[in-house]
Amino acid sequence: MRKSKRSRRRRASPTVRSLACTVASPASTKAKMALLDLFIRTCCILALLSREDFQRIPELAINPLGDRIINAFFSEGEDQVNFRGFMRTLAHFRPIEDNEKSKDQNGPEPLNSRSNKLHFAFRLYDLDKDDKISRDELLQVLRMMVGVNISDEQLGSIADRTIQEADQDGDCAISFAEFVKVLEKVDVEQKMSIRFLH
Amino acid sequence: MKLFCFGCVWSSLGSVKGHGDCGAESLHSLYCQWATIRIEKGVKKPQPQMLKIPAANGIIERDETPMEKEIAGLHRMEFRFSDIFYFCRKGFEAIVEDEVTQRFSSEELVSWNLLTRTNVNFHYVSLRLTVVWVIGVMVRYCFLLPLRFTLAAIGITSMIVGTTVVGQLPNGSLKNYLSEVVHLTCSRILVRALSGTIHYHNKENKPQKGGICVANHTSPIDAIILTNDGCYAMVGQVHGGLMGVIQRATVKACPHVWFERSEIKDRHLVTKRLREHVADKNKLPILIFPEGTCINNTSVMMFKKGSFEIGGTIYPVAIKYDPQFGDAFWNSSKYNIVSYLLRIMTSWAIVCHVWYMPPMVRKEGEDAVQFANRVRSAIARQGGLTELPWDGGLKRAKVKDSFKEEQQKNYSKMLVRNGSQGNLPAGTESD
Repeated sequence: MRKSKRSRRRRASPTVRSLACTVASPASTKAKMALLDLFIRTCCILALLSREDFQRIPELAINPLGDRIINAFFSEGEDQVNFRGFMRTLAHFRPIEDNEKSKDQNGPEPLNSRSNKLHFAFRLYDLDKDDKISRDELLQVLRMMVGVNISDEQLGSIADRTIQEADQDGDCAISFAEFVKVLEKVDVEQKMSIRFLH
Repeated sequence: MKLFCFGCVWSSLGSVKGHGDCGAESLHSLYCQWATIRIEKGVKKPQPQMLKIPAANGIIERDETPMEKEIAGLHRMEFRFSDIFYFCRKGFEAIVEDEVTQRFSSEELVSWNLLTRTNVNFHYVSLRLTVVWVIGVMVRYCFLLPLRFTLAAIGITSMIVGTTVVGQLPNGSLKNYLSEVVHLTCSRILVRALSGTIHYHNKENKPQKGGICVANHTSPIDAIILTNDGCYAMVGQVHGGLMGVIQRATVKACPHVWFERSEIKDRHLVTKRLREHVADKNKLPILIFPEGTCINNTSVMMFKKGSFEIGGTIYPVAIKYDPQFGDAFWNSSKYNIVSYLLRIMTSWAIVCHVWYMPPMVRKEGEDAVQFANRVRSAIARQGGLTELPWDGGLKRAKVKDSFKEEQQKNYSKMLVRNGSQGNLPAGTESD
């Protein structure tokens, strides 16, 4: 009997989610990683998440930027994310540990480095993924955050001011380098990290 | 093991005193403690994270700084790119661990109680433990289940027959007395059929006639647990099948309030009927579960205000199940009623505590919603449950947009306030 696509998709229960997140914590040792690998291979092969699964979380559904956050999990054109993809996105929020700073300098930069965290935030603004935040894109994100409470003109002037102050090369758009410059004094590591209790 | 089995038989054969039950209970908890020690000893490699997920506390450190403090801070500009960090982090915290969806599935236990259904995070540990578990399965399915099933059948049959017989009598005090006797006896048989051990506290606060009894909802057997100690008038929807037969039989003997499916939609009709019932001081107290749906007994969710608009005295009752002996929560999206009852009857036991609380009335100037919240806080405090302002209906329905709009409003207040600051002299704003 062929199972329908729907029944094969398992909703990520709270247990799977919390399990995934303990792996993303910095205190994981090799033994624990191996155990979890086994768990992943046996249980989570078919576990796929769709956008509706995320929207069922009430606290996320009422977040003004909920849709942008959910979008961050899905890659271009896909509307399902597997366990690995889910973990990769969550890994951006690992706190930066001191002993990791001096690790492997030649290897690829870890997902939770300051630069990658900023890049993640940049992608939340950059709706069309062209590596630039244009005035329109900023307006759209602002509109998501304020709802109907601010008029178009006021919002437009806020957006104009912000771009004017951050833009350095005069193209009326914010590139990633300009974005980083604006946020150089902000404690990104603290604001964009989730700490696990053990 | 023999003593343990003996204890179980004693309790399921309906001993009147609590003696046999206490014996079985303490033996079982010893049994579970032994099993837990075996698990801890048997694990030679470093304990995997999975066994230590705390059931009560969260797994992440939550930053409870309100939006205003975090974003407004030391702003000199109107809007900053870093404002997004607040929403982003809140969103991810919700994805990792949110307060609401975990209430709609069974509680995670800190140590295993030898039931497969609660061992999602556990895996094979040692041969000895597996053998113990196999013995447990045999005891539960081959020995306890048939006994319990027989008892349940006896209980239901006697309830239907008894209430039908009593229903033939003319209305009067004799009928009320007999109906009480029948209800109490049958529900006691049914509680024994589930191997239920119930501890009642503060019996002096038991609901009186003409009042409304309000309790937190975990499963359909909540009603039987409460009826074990006193008679109530039930409120509910008319069902078909066996449930419908029971409903029709019991309503002849005792004035329960059963609504047709169409009537439930009409809130005024419901309120009117309940008001009439409460106004008659000779009628039994109504039993209502204001959450509207089953929650997993770790928290109390929003109380629907309908029950609190009727008037009359509210008698709150807190029910807390002990998850070590069996999970009483009915996850209606996962199991239907038959498989739920099967799981209940193959657990070790149903152990719960019931606290009767002092009656409450609506204060002057308090509206139904505030009154409902007050009662809910009292119940949560008494039962040791957390309190959530979320609606239990979120189990199936989407959240209302008004919450999102509220957040948007709060954020825009910060932007506009900062925007108009350009006109004020420095040093006048307070942060």
